[in-house]
Amino acid sequence: MNIIVCVKQIPDPETPASSFRVDEAAKKVVPAQGIPPVVNPYDPQATEAALRLKEAAGGGKVTVISLGPESARDAIKHALAMGADEGILLNDPGFEGIDNFQTAVALAKAIEKVGQYDLILMGRAAADWDMGVVPMGVATLLGIPCVSIAKAIERVDGKVRVTRVLDDGFQTVEAPLPAVVSVSNEFGEPRYPQLRQIMLAAKKTVQVWNAADLGLSADQLGEANRWLKLEALYVPKVESKVEIIEADSPEEKARILAQKLRADKLI
Amino acid sequence: MPGVLVIAEVADGKVLPVAFELLGAARALSAEGAGPVSALVPGQAHAQELIARGADVVYVAPESLAGQMYDAWLPAVDAALQQSGADIVLLGQTASLGRDLGPALAFAHRTAIAPEVTALKLENGRLRVTRPCYGGNARAEHTFAGQLQIASAKPKTFDALEPDASRTGEVKTIDAVGQSRITVLSVEKVESEGVRLEDADVVVAGGRGLGDPSAFAMLEELAKLLRGAVGASRAACDLGWYPPSSQVGLTGKTVSPTLYIAVAISGASQHMAGMSGSKNIVAINKDPEANMVKAAKYAVIDDYRKVLPAFIEEVRKLKAQG
Repeated sequence: MNIIVCVKQIPDPETPASSFRVDEAAKKVVPAQGIPPVVNPYDPQATEAALRLKEAAGGGKVTVISLGPESARDAIKHALAMGADEGILLNDPGFEGIDNFQTAVALAKAIEKVGQYDLILMGRAAADWDMGVVPMGVATLLGIPCVSIAKAIERVDGKVRVTRVLDDGFQTVEAPLPAVVSVSNEFGEPRYPQLRQIMLAAKKTVQVWNAADLGLSADQLGEANRWLKLEALYVPKVESKVEIIEADSPEEKARILAQKLRADKLI
Repeated sequence: MPGVLVIAEVADGKVLPVAFELLGAARALSAEGAGPVSALVPGQAHAQELIARGADVVYVAPESLAGQMYDAWLPAVDAALQQSGADIVLLGQTASLGRDLGPALAFAHRTAIAPEVTALKLENGRLRVTRPCYGGNARAEHTFAGQLQIASAKPKTFDALEPDASRTGEVKTIDAVGQSRITVLSVEKVESEGVRLEDADVVVAGGRGLGDPSAFAMLEELAKLLRGAVGASRAACDLGWYPPSSQVGLTGKTVSPTLYIAVAISGASQHMAGMSGSKNIVAINKDPEANMVKAAKYAVIDDYRKVLPAFIEEVRKLKAQG
C-alpha cells in the first residue's frame, strides 16, 4: 500500500503569549527566541496512521512531503525516523507568504509527480493558521474524496473505512481509494523515534523539488497571488476590568463572590 | 445582484441553531449593503422557520440531503448560488458538514474560504473577516481574491435574531442532489448527562492547576447546583483527567455561557479562544497574573480547595432562600 503523508513545520504552538510577537507591518509572526519550530502536533498522528496501514498491508511505501523552508527538513526527518521510507521537500522562494490554497495546489502537483498512491494522509489542521482546508483542497484538485478528522482508519476490500469524530459522537464512513484522510488527535499516540531509527533517518536522502519541478508558474506563487488575502495580523489587546475579591480568608472570599453573583442575578 | 447565502444543516429533523446565528450575521451584512439574505435547507418543513429568523428567500432542497456528506451537497449549493446570485456564503463549522463543504465549495469555485471567523463586515461592498490564529495568540483579517467569498463560523459565535413570525419571504425548490462517493455506515452518538456543554448557561471549568483529577467531582457538584455543565482545558484533557468531549478551546468546544467559572485555569490563548464569548467570567486562581484573571469580571486569588467548598455552601444557601 503506497501512502503519501503531508507534514508541516510550524512555530511551537505552546509558545507562551508573553513570548509571542507579530511584525504588524510585515504581517508575520516573529520567531520566538530560543523556541525552535516544531512538527505540527497533528502530523505525527498522520505518519503513525500511515505506518500502521503499511504494516497491516504487509508492504508498500510511505512517502513524506513537506512544503516549507530549508528547516522543514526536520519535520520530514522526524517522519523518516518514525519509519517513513522517503522524503520530499518542496522549497522555492516563490512559496514564501503563500496561503493554504496555493499550498494545496503545490502539494497536489507534487503528489501527481510522485504518481503512485493509494492514500494521502494529513493532520486535521496546522496549529499555526488552524484552517484545516488543505486536505480538502488537495482532494478536490486531484478529483478524489476527502474524509476528515479520523480517529481510526483501516483498509477494507480495497476501500478505506474511517471513524470520524463528530461534535456529538462518531461516524463510520467508507470511501473508495485513492482518497485523502485527515487525522485527528483522537487517533492515539504516535510512536516515538528510537535512536537507531534517528541515525538511519539521517542517512536517508530527502529530495528537493522547486516550483519549476512542479510546473508552477510565477502567477501562482508568492503573497501577491494568494486566494485569501491577508490584510492584517496583530495580537489582540485585552483591557482588564477585573474586580479582585478581597477578604481575610478564602472561605470569606467565596461567600462574597457568591453574594456578588447573586446580586448580579447570575446565579 | 449580490447577496448572502446561509447553508442550513438539518440533524434529527431540526435545523442546527448555528444556521439561525449565521442568519443573524447575514442580516447585519445585509444592513451594510450585502444584498438580500437567502438560505439553503433540505426539507420544506424548515422554510418558514428560516424566514422568521431572517431569510428573505429559502431554497428548499430534497429532505434526503440531510445527513449526507459534503459532496452530495455541492450541486444544490451551486443551484442556490446560481438562482440567488449570492457572492457570500456562510456555513456552520460542523464536523458533520460545514467543515468539509466550505473548502470543497471554495476549491470547486477556485476561491478561498475563511474558516471559524469571529467577525464579519462589509468594506467597499466586499467581505472582510476576522479570525483567531496561532493558537488564539493572534488575529488575522482577510479579504478574498475571488468573486465568491466563503466563511464559516463555529456554533455560538454570532447571535441569532428572535424569531419573527410576521416576516415574509419567498420559498423556492431546488432539485439538484449529488451522489456522494462516501458511504455512511453508522453514526454513534455520545450522550452527555445533564445539560449539553455548548448549550449551558453556566459552565464550570477546570484546568491543570487543579493538580488532581478528583477535583472534577467538586466542579460537577457546583455545575449541578447551577444547572450548568462542566468543561475542561486541553491540558486537563491531555492528562486524561476529563473526557476530550468536554474540552473547551481551539481544538475543542466553543461556549458562550452567561457565566463561566474558571477554576485553576491559567488561560492559555488556545483555551480563551473557546470561551472568550462568555458574558461573565469568574476566575478562581492562585496566580494574580494569570491570563484568566485579567479576562475575568470577578477573581478570587486563593487556593480553590478552600474557596470552592465555601462557595458551593453559600450558593446552596442563597438558592434555598429562593
